[in-house]
Amino acid sequence: MIEQRPSEERRRSSAAMDEARLRQQAIGVRLRQMFDEVVNEQVPEEFLEILRRADSRSSENG
Amino acid sequence: MVGDEKPSTMAAPRQPADDNAFKRELVQLIPHLRAFARTLCGDPAAADDLAQDAMMKAWDARASFQMGTNMKAWTFMILRNQFYSEKRRSWRQSQLDQEAAERTLVAVDDPEAPVALDELRQGLAMLPPEQREALILVGAGGFAYEEAAEICGCAVGTVKSRVSRARRALHVILDEGAYDRDGASAGDAMRSILADAERLSTVR
Repeated sequence: MIEQRPSEERRRSSAAMDEARLRQQAIGVRLRQMFDEVVNEQVPEEFLEILRRADSRSSENG
Repeated sequence: MVGDEKPSTMAAPRQPADDNAFKRELVQLIPHLRAFARTLCGDPAAADDLAQDAMMKAWDARASFQMGTNMKAWTFMILRNQFYSEKRRSWRQSQLDQEAAERTLVAVDDPEAPVALDELRQGLAMLPPEQREALILVGAGGFAYEEAAEICGCAVGTVKSRVSRARRALHVILDEGAYDRDGASAGDAMRSILADAERLSTVR
C-alpha cells in the first residue's frame, strides 16, 4: 500500500517520523545526562564510613 | 562438609569472602543509588539519607542476596520500598518531599549547565511520580522493562505504558513550554534540546 502513496505524502510522513524519533532520542540523551551528573559526583565519604563501621561490627559478632 | 546437615536455627555462616565480594559490588552501586534517590526525593541531603538507608538495608539483607544476580535492580528495589514506606509514615513529610523535589528538579547548581537540562528537570517535575519513576529507570537508569517492573512491583505492560505516556507528556510540556519559565516562549525548550542533541550526534 505504501508504494501507492503519492511520493510527496510519503516524504512528508517519513520526515515527521524522523523528527519524532529525533525528539525521543534527544530527550533520552538529556535524561541520561541528568542522571549521570549525579552518578559522576564524588561519593561522600560518609557512605563508605557507614559501610566500614557496619562491616567491622558484623565481623566482631560473627 | 557439604551434605553434613544438622538442624540449625541459624543460616549457614557467611564467609568473609562473600561479604567482601558483596561489599565491593555494593560500593560500586552507591553513585547509582544516589542518583536514583535524587530523582525520588529531590532534596540532595534527603536523597543521600535515603541512599544511605537503602545501602544499609542491602548490607543487612546480604545473606538473602544471591551473588551473580542483578544487584543493581535489587538495591534499587530496596531504595524505592524504603522511600515509599517513609512516605506512608508521614503524609506531611511526603508533601514537603514533593515540594523539595520540585524545587531541586528545577534548581541548577552549575551555571554553565545547558539550558535544556534545566528545562528537562522542570518538565520531569510535572509528570505524575509513577510515570517519572518508570521513565527514569528505563530511560536513564539503563534498566530493561522487565527489571523496571520488578523494581516497581508492577506488570511489564504497566511499565511500558507509563514510559510511553511519560515520553508523550514530556514532549507536550517541552514543546508547548507549558512549564513555568520566565520569558521563555513556546517551543524553546524542545528547540534547545534538539539543538543539543544534534550537536551531540555529530560528535559521535
